[in-house]
Amino acid sequence: MNTFLQKAYFGLIGLFLSLPLIVVAGVSVNEKQDLAFPPKGFSLGWYAEIFTNVEWRNALFASITLAALSAAVALLIALPLAWFLWRRHAPWANIFQLLGVAPFTLPPVITALGLLTFWAATGFYGQPATAVISHAIFFVTLPLVTLSLGFSSIDRSLVEAAATMGADDRTIFRTVVLPLILPYLISGYAFAFVLSLNEYIVAYMTIGFTMETLPIKIFNALRYGYTPTMASVTILFVAIAATIFGLVARFGDLPKLLGAMSTKD
Amino acid sequence: MRREPPQKLTDYGPLFFPAGMLIVFFVVPFATMIAVSFFRRDPSGFYTPDFVFDNYARFLSLFFGKVLGFSLFLAVMVAICCVVLAVPFTYLLSRAKRRTQVLWLVALLSILSLSEVIIGFAWSTLFSRTAGITNLLVMLGVMEQAVALNPSFSAVLTAMVYQALPYTVLVLYPALVRLDPTLTEAARTLGASPIKSFFTVVVPALRNTIVATLIMVFIFALGSYLLPQILGRPQHWTLSVLITDQAIYQSNMPFAAAMAVFLVLVTLGLVALTVYAGRKGEAA
Repeated sequence: MNTFLQKAYFGLIGLFLSLPLIVVAGVSVNEKQDLAFPPKGFSLGWYAEIFTNVEWRNALFASITLAALSAAVALLIALPLAWFLWRRHAPWANIFQLLGVAPFTLPPVITALGLLTFWAATGFYGQPATAVISHAIFFVTLPLVTLSLGFSSIDRSLVEAAATMGADDRTIFRTVVLPLILPYLISGYAFAFVLSLNEYIVAYMTIGFTMETLPIKIFNALRYGYTPTMASVTILFVAIAATIFGLVARFGDLPKLLGAMSTKD
Repeated sequence: MRREPPQKLTDYGPLFFPAGMLIVFFVVPFATMIAVSFFRRDPSGFYTPDFVFDNYARFLSLFFGKVLGFSLFLAVMVAICCVVLAVPFTYLLSRAKRRTQVLWLVALLSILSLSEVIIGFAWSTLFSRTAGITNLLVMLGVMEQAVALNPSFSAVLTAMVYQALPYTVLVLYPALVRLDPTLTEAARTLGASPIKSFFTVVVPALRNTIVATLIMVFIFALGSYLLPQILGRPQHWTLSVLITDQAIYQSNMPFAAAMAVFLVLVTLGLVALTVYAGRKGEAA
């Protein structure tokens, strides 16, 4: 295609996608507590504020803890399920694959409300652990999809060779399967981690009245007026996401993970 | 290795934990929500168990009809804008160098993962009077004075397109990468211009993919729960916003649950349509 037109179109889409972030980055370096763009003065004080202000720091800490734990639980659910579906011939078990994908396909409000009624009915409403389990269920889709992809790319003859040599299921899993799916395991964790970090509605409906994660903190702050800390937190979050996905791309095959055929095929 | 059906009880071992978690923490909550949608509201607490259709009867009001109509209209607009922007973009991306592709994919994933809170905040800043885009136009001399561009319908629409565009590209990406490049090459050899071959070869070949993508983006947009609230006026609220509002601020869980059940039915109907469109695509 015409390269000039192509570059122009890429540029326009790029501009659209980056414009809000450019403005927010500008706002985040204001010297005083202004919401001004172009920024008045220059200061990185609002980035320091995330770590020095106890409220923002606690929210950041809560978000990272929640993301790390819930992504781990999501992986614990997805790994045995994906392994079973690959190892055994059991069409009825696909229902669990469907259940794993459903929370992510439905509008998030529905999963959030379902979990809210559930935690309220069982009397655990507001406890931090409920958010971890809720996020794990909500994001189990991501490791499930990456792992299914990972398993499907394993050459079954490798496993057959191991079995012929007398290895049992457990040994095969540890010595053959696990090393092969490790990249998919890590990227599944990374996707779940980043999305959990940013998730608002499920966290809000489970622990919103007792704890603040960063998205909840930003939303609450929005209602009481602006502070440039919101801008610096936003930029921090974009940077975290870009770094993690950058690493996934650096050490894995991102186009393949997202559905393109492997370049090595 | 052949895939054998599980024979011994221990063969089912790996399934116990995932199945248990999904049933207890997804199926049961979902059932609870459906049950609550038939309960009666208790102004002093959450609700009292009952079996009434009152919560569903409220759908018949004019107010609810307006909200539903607007939600569907907004989601259709977002889906159309996104697909129109994303199809040529994703096509060009799938033909670009691998390095370019990876860079764009990282950027798209980063934006896709952004919290709705953050997207809402970023656009409300961009549309604000003090820090907004209009300041740039003033600097360039295009405008006399900076103005606030939100709350407004176009602000809601723009932010929702922003939110859904990376999703649209990533949904289209696998289909476009796998599109046989010889199709367009043949068209080019026969003398079609690149743009003409795009519209006469690529778009028709992808007709079913495009329909499926439209529906998926539509569902994605239906789920947006904060942007209409942050950037719009109350008349721009969607079903998702209303559900959140009823559940959290009005503490009317039964009504919120009834609306959620309704939203699930709409979504499932659309998913069935997508699968149907996909099947037809494979058959064609």
